[in-house]
Amino acid sequence: MTIPPRLRRALVRLRRDLLFLAAGVPLHAVPLLLSFWVLLQLQDILGPASDFGTLVLPVPVTLLILAAYGLTEAQRWRFRALCGVDLPRLRFRESKRQWAYNCLIGPLFGLLELLVLGVLAAALTAATSLLWVELLGWEWRVDHRGVWTWAGYATAVGLLVLAAVPALAGGLVRLENLVGRAVLHVSRSEELKRRVEDLTTSRAGAVDAADAERRRIERDLHDGAQQRLVALALNLGLAKATLKDLPPEVRQVIDEAHREAKEAIEELNSLVRGLHPAVLDELGLDAALSGLAARAPLPVRLWTDLPERAAPAVEAVAYFVVSEALNNVAKHADATRAEVTVTRLGEILRVVVADDGVGGADPSGGSGLKGLAQRVRSVDGAFRMSSPVGGPTTMTVELPCTT
Amino acid sequence: MIAEDSVLLRVGLVKVLETAGFEVAAEVGDAQALLTAVAEHRPDLAVVDVRMPPGFTDEGVRAALEIRERWPDTAVLMLSQYVEERYAANLLASNTSGIGYLLKQRVADVEEFIEALRRVADGGTALDPQVVAQLLVRRRSDPLERLTEREREVLALMAEGRSNAGIAGALVVSESAVAKHINNILAKLDLPKADADHRRVLAVLRFLGV
Repeated sequence: MTIPPRLRRALVRLRRDLLFLAAGVPLHAVPLLLSFWVLLQLQDILGPASDFGTLVLPVPVTLLILAAYGLTEAQRWRFRALCGVDLPRLRFRESKRQWAYNCLIGPLFGLLELLVLGVLAAALTAATSLLWVELLGWEWRVDHRGVWTWAGYATAVGLLVLAAVPALAGGLVRLENLVGRAVLHVSRSEELKRRVEDLTTSRAGAVDAADAERRRIERDLHDGAQQRLVALALNLGLAKATLKDLPPEVRQVIDEAHREAKEAIEELNSLVRGLHPAVLDELGLDAALSGLAARAPLPVRLWTDLPERAAPAVEAVAYFVVSEALNNVAKHADATRAEVTVTRLGEILRVVVADDGVGGADPSGGSGLKGLAQRVRSVDGAFRMSSPVGGPTTMTVELPCTT
Repeated sequence: MIAEDSVLLRVGLVKVLETAGFEVAAEVGDAQALLTAVAEHRPDLAVVDVRMPPGFTDEGVRAALEIRERWPDTAVLMLSQYVEERYAANLLASNTSGIGYLLKQRVADVEEFIEALRRVADGGTALDPQVVAQLLVRRRSDPLERLTEREREVLALMAEGRSNAGIAGALVVSESAVAKHINNILAKLDLPKADADHRRVLAVLRFLGV
């Protein structure tokens, strides 16, 4: 027999609602019982026969307050696991609302849940009353005439109530959801603050991950492909140097292959330099930048004042900035010389790249400059550019390095 | 003597050295083995990779410095994947004879590489043009500013370890023109007249700023 999908959905929902309510009963019962305990203690203390002999009031009160926190977590679990509702994790400052939810509203809901479950149990019993009568045996039935009629009524009423239980349970679950979310919510500014914190952490993670990935690729290239290519070029060079009496066509092929291999090494080297050179990790920004400056196709003066090393991510960004900037200068600026200044001013690493070129660089236009600004922003850096038409161009990047 | 952790490259280097008529006493894969081997064989020349196990940073350079200190007669040629002028400066700081610092990819030009090997083995210097260029970036204002473009080129080639004939060949000028340039350089750098070779080394040192 197949169950129609609508009915199946209704059954699934009913099961979920009932589980939700059933899980709620013990959770809500805890503060209720504790409150009763407090009341009993109070009665002892304030009652006529009081001799202040049982001054254990602080115990249940403390338990009640502690319960308010622990129960919030349990409630969060209940809402998340059964209703798919993610209540925010509340902090100490919101303890009043947690207390109100768990100790004032909670018991009320506990009673309602109990009521619904009780109705369900009663309805089930009533709906099956014919069965009970059957089970009780004929002697009892003989003593109680008309029991069949009553059992029939009870069954009818029980079935009617059973039909109403899903709506009842669903209504209560919805109500609890509404109230739970209304009371256990987080204020808008608090929510934004948390969101910013989360985003900051996840962005830092992403930046570090990208950085580590670049480093790994560099390592792999360095220890694998580059060495192999050098060995290949070396062997081809050897062949060229030793096999003198080859036919000219063969020589040409070897020459060609040798040149190709050397060009491939060069290309791979510049690729690695753009990624994350090993020298940056090993010896720091100063050493890595002098390599960049020396390879630039125009004279570059490098001035560095770095008393201590910055975080790897910051060094990587600074290196990238200089690399891109020098690339841009070489490609577009038509400059005769450039100057790179890298200084550490307390918590700030300042990178200035200046050239005497034609100027007119637009940070909003070129994708290179845009990427550069983005990379700077990824570590909360500031990017400024002064490039009037006719030059000169000065690019300033400030990167925070909190140690 | 060869210390290089990449087996492929090591095999290639052995072939090159043997082609050039060198006898390879030992080939090792890390700095510790290098020092042991140098102590045992006392080679004329050690070809050393900068980056070697276990740390893959500057083990080779540190081993080379130790070799220079303990066995000053052993010439050392460093091979590096990238230019790191401070390594070169460290090596050159003690003594410029019998020292070389080349990029790994230079070994592909076998004939030039062999020439550099010979030069270093004979107590000369072989610096990669990129190292020289990088050292030049560092200099700000000093007597070098007074040199003309051509004189700088000559000085750079001197720093690479070339002889007058080598410089003349590289710049396509006559050897006497080179000698004239060198005299001008020495004069402009205020180097006292003494033994000519000694002044040449001084000029290079001044140029390299070490």
